[in-house]
Amino acid sequence: MNAAQLTAPAPDPLLYLDGVSVVFDGFKALNALSLIIDPGELRAIIGPNGAGKTTMMDVITGKTRPTEGVVRFRDHDLTKLDEASIANLGIGRKFQKPTMFDKLTVFENLELALKAPRGPLACLRWVLGGGDRARIEQTLEEVGLASRAHDLAGVLSHGQRQWLEIGMLLMQDPELLLVDEPVAGMTDQETEHTAALLVRIAGRRSVVVVEHDLEFVRALGSKVTVLCEGSMLSEGSIDHVQNDPRVIEVYLGR
Amino acid sequence: MSATLASPAPSGFGRMTLRLVLIGAVLILALLPVLNQMPTDSALHVSDFVVTVCGKWITYAVLALAIDLAWGYAGILSLGHGAFFALGGYAMGMHLMRLIGPRGVYGHPVLPDFMVFLGYQELPWYWLGFDHFPFAILMAMAVPGLLALVVGYLAFRSRITGVYLSIITQAMTYALMLAFFRNDMGFGGNNGFTDFKELLGMPLNTPNARSVLFYASLALLLGALWLCSAVTRSKLGRVLVAIRDAESRVRFLGYDVTQHKLFVFVLSAVLAGLAGALYVPQVGIINPGEFSPANSIEAVIWVAVGGRGTLLGALLGAFSVNALKTWLTTVAPDLWLFALGGLFVAVTLFLPRGLIGLFTKAPK
Amino acid sequence: MKRHLLGLCLALLLALPAAAQDRFASALAGLGEGFGQTAEVAERLGALGDPRAIPLLRALQDGTLRRTPAGAVLLPNGTDAATGQPADATGAEPVRINNRVRQVLRGALGRLQLISPDPAERLAAAEAVFRSPAPENVPLLQSALTQEREARIRAQLELALAASQLRADDAAAKRDAVARLGTAATTEARALLIEARAANPEIATAIDVSIAAIEQRLALRRVVETLFQGLSLGSVLLLAALGLAVTFGVMGVINMAHGEFVMLGAYATFVVQELCRGIPWLAPWSLPLAVPAAFLVTALAGAVLERGLIRHLYGRPLETLLMTFGVGMILQQAVRLAFGAQNREVVSPSWMQGTLMFPGGIAMTQNRLWIIVFGIFVLLLVVAAIRFTRFGLEMRAVVQNRRIAATMGIRTGRVDAMTFAFGSGLAGLAGVALSQIDNVSPNLGTGYIIDSFMVVVFGGVGSLAGTLVGALTLGVVNKVLEPYAGAVLAKVCVLVAIMLFIQRRPKGLFALKGRAAES
Repeated sequence: MNAAQLTAPAPDPLLYLDGVSVVFDGFKALNALSLIIDPGELRAIIGPNGAGKTTMMDVITGKTRPTEGVVRFRDHDLTKLDEASIANLGIGRKFQKPTMFDKLTVFENLELALKAPRGPLACLRWVLGGGDRARIEQTLEEVGLASRAHDLAGVLSHGQRQWLEIGMLLMQDPELLLVDEPVAGMTDQETEHTAALLVRIAGRRSVVVVEHDLEFVRALGSKVTVLCEGSMLSEGSIDHVQNDPRVIEVYLGR
Repeated sequence: MSATLASPAPSGFGRMTLRLVLIGAVLILALLPVLNQMPTDSALHVSDFVVTVCGKWITYAVLALAIDLAWGYAGILSLGHGAFFALGGYAMGMHLMRLIGPRGVYGHPVLPDFMVFLGYQELPWYWLGFDHFPFAILMAMAVPGLLALVVGYLAFRSRITGVYLSIITQAMTYALMLAFFRNDMGFGGNNGFTDFKELLGMPLNTPNARSVLFYASLALLLGALWLCSAVTRSKLGRVLVAIRDAESRVRFLGYDVTQHKLFVFVLSAVLAGLAGALYVPQVGIINPGEFSPANSIEAVIWVAVGGRGTLLGALLGAFSVNALKTWLTTVAPDLWLFALGGLFVAVTLFLPRGLIGLFTKAPK
Repeated sequence: MKRHLLGLCLALLLALPAAAQDRFASALAGLGEGFGQTAEVAERLGALGDPRAIPLLRALQDGTLRRTPAGAVLLPNGTDAATGQPADATGAEPVRINNRVRQVLRGALGRLQLISPDPAERLAAAEAVFRSPAPENVPLLQSALTQEREARIRAQLELALAASQLRADDAAAKRDAVARLGTAATTEARALLIEARAANPEIATAIDVSIAAIEQRLALRRVVETLFQGLSLGSVLLLAALGLAVTFGVMGVINMAHGEFVMLGAYATFVVQELCRGIPWLAPWSLPLAVPAAFLVTALAGAVLERGLIRHLYGRPLETLLMTFGVGMILQQAVRLAFGAQNREVVSPSWMQGTLMFPGGIAMTQNRLWIIVFGIFVLLLVVAAIRFTRFGLEMRAVVQNRRIAATMGIRTGRVDAMTFAFGSGLAGLAGVALSQIDNVSPNLGTGYIIDSFMVVVFGGVGSLAGTLVGALTLGVVNKVLEPYAGAVLAKVCVLVAIMLFIQRRPKGLFALKGRAAES
């Protein structure tokens, strides 16, 4: 039953979910889900619509409180913390629908995401230092938005918005990145670029990617977790899960 | 929803012009008390009425700035800012009442007339200290600030936003209005405070006092403008805009939204309180009517008319709507409420960026 | 009513035995022959208990009683008091009285009026005797009690009897009185007992028992009456909030002009009343006629507002709030110019006036009772309209998924307009009810709008059950707090309490989950 005991001697897990259930009005969005992410691990999560992928991210980032279960990040009980505290612990999230601040410029969006003191007075006194400016410019290059730095985020195309949000995630410098459908609306080339970027990040950070695009998942070359109806259906390499009859049944119809 | 004053978005030709107009307007305003001292037969003479009215409008402009800071930037549409303004006014009113001393109708050395009339034996404890000017000014900031802190904390912590927050703040000012109408509150009930005699040793209603109050208001306005512009130009200003447009996203970036909103809400309430404190000695009266929900919402419409989310817009709105009000209530008093109601409708439907939107380019 | 009583009284008079008539006539002897004699006659008449003495003594009191040189006593209408026949008035002089006579007269009249044919007079007499208790009243009160049928007068007579018995020297009678007072439930009875306690230490324990019994009953009555007032206020809030529950709760449109729609409904009631004034048989029914009229007027105003203005601001709630506030201002000023700023009076029809008395002395005013009934009626109407009509079905469909509803052929724009018109019409109905208990003035609505929003927020936006529970709770809590804190502070307390309550349940009592709750 206890997943932690099965994978026991490995390094202390970074993220630890055990028996997490979320019930909305009698509907079980998550059903006794258990999941362990190790430091530095890259993990892909796939599953049909309504499998509970986004709900799982909501639970980890404090948007939704689990009805029952354990959610730990290092030594912190995430079920007791609000979104901002969880973010400050070092968990960054990219949303399925790219969300940013349309009335601020691309540069300002990144500046807000930049890891720095977050209190009102600190923000009031904040002066953008040379090092920080360099980091922002570096990230702008990385996500290919250098030429649009002073345009309002609201005028960007969908693909550019995806990139900007990934850039914001990088600026936060989190220990754990939760990335929800990062390549929707991207060209093949961009998709490749994104996969390479995530693989590069993963050595130092843990990255959890939710994605539908199986080619992309294959490009990540990571362990894959398949969710279905709120619980884990299968786990292993991409080849392993693609050959798992239960996964085939879920994806190809019953 | 126009580009902010602070944003590095390309500033159009219109914005520069506006800034020059603002500087010109401040200079002309600053001259008014001087022109008031000119001989009455001079062509440049300005009447007492004009000076007093402009002084009053300046305090309104500060209130508009305060509302704009909360609404235009942080998206907090408070329908209770009139309450902060009135509380500041009451703090100053209490000071002015204490300064009347034995010159009241009943000639009591300490108690204001209404307390003698209501049979008070001694000054209620919460009136103590108000004979000192610095204490009164401190209270004019602290009381609205504290109220904003408590109400804001309760509301923001529970993530009450949008119209719900508006309704709660409206209920707040309504409750205060009911409370201040009561005689046993010790704030003069229905009639409030009036018949003030002096302030800081100057008899009121003299040209001297008028110009001192006028310049104090102007200084407050410039100070408030500087402060608001510092806030909106800083990263805090950008966090506020971010909260206004996508509150929950800001949380996921690790910002404690409650703290930021609370900061700006309290700051805004303190500014409103100071504006009220300077308003009262210029108009010579404060009563519970100032708490009326309609007053607060009228102040919100100044900001909407001028253009929210721009500090210049708030000023423009406060002056233009009040100019219209002063003119229309003398020419055709029955029409004023139609005009005001019409403004609400016209601005929300046809001029979402306010008057300032006519001069500046819309962000694409 | 009066005619019947008169007939009854005539019958009684005819049935009086001749002997009594003689005694009445002979009791008159000596009237007007000096103050002492006159006082004695008044005393005798008072003890005799003949109703004919009432007009006579009253005329004596007013100085309109005359006496002929022959000794006949003439009533103001010129008839001989002894025979009841018209008499020769030549040389008749008014009978003069002094203070001593006046005093005797008051007592005698008071006792006589106990058997007056007019119930109001009997009640007043019983109250008068109660206020001046004396042992000699006891037999009179006892005999009056044997004849009295009306409960209210009986209660007052009992009280007066007990008061008089307590003044007597008879210990058994006193105990009896104390015990009977213990079954009453009035503050007067309690005051009487408390007064008697000091004077009669020997029966103090019995008195304490009776006082405790009275206090228990009084407390119960207070609870019931507070509850009634609370429910009545609650149903007013319910009426004002039901419309909001539809426009704000269901559609998510914040209409600050809702209070002005309530006001329009009240003015519609006023106009209907004025129109019916000229048609006598219709006049008592102007209020029921005003119900559909007010609904139609405000529903029409709502439809115009929604189609003309609000629909351009969908998805922008703060702008909608400001815009509708402006519309409210315009409506208020328009009504002020059309009808004047002063209060207009809407008269309650006679079948709604008066107070209903319930056992235990519980009083409920009829118009407030009717408003509770009306509130329930309107609530059922709303539930029925939403649950069981085609319109309700389309409305729910549009709220749940506008696009799909549109693809199914529902004209969403029309449904929006109708829903808003329906909610606004409900505001008009609230106006009809408010015209009965509040001043009809242009700012009638402003006093209720904030409370109604509080009801909706407290109860849970979009939930009719929440609106009902919210309204009744706020009404009752307001009325429960009022005696301790005063009306204004009670209101302030309730507002603060709601703010604190929202801390625990930001979505209100009956929280909706899902899409509707997100916005």
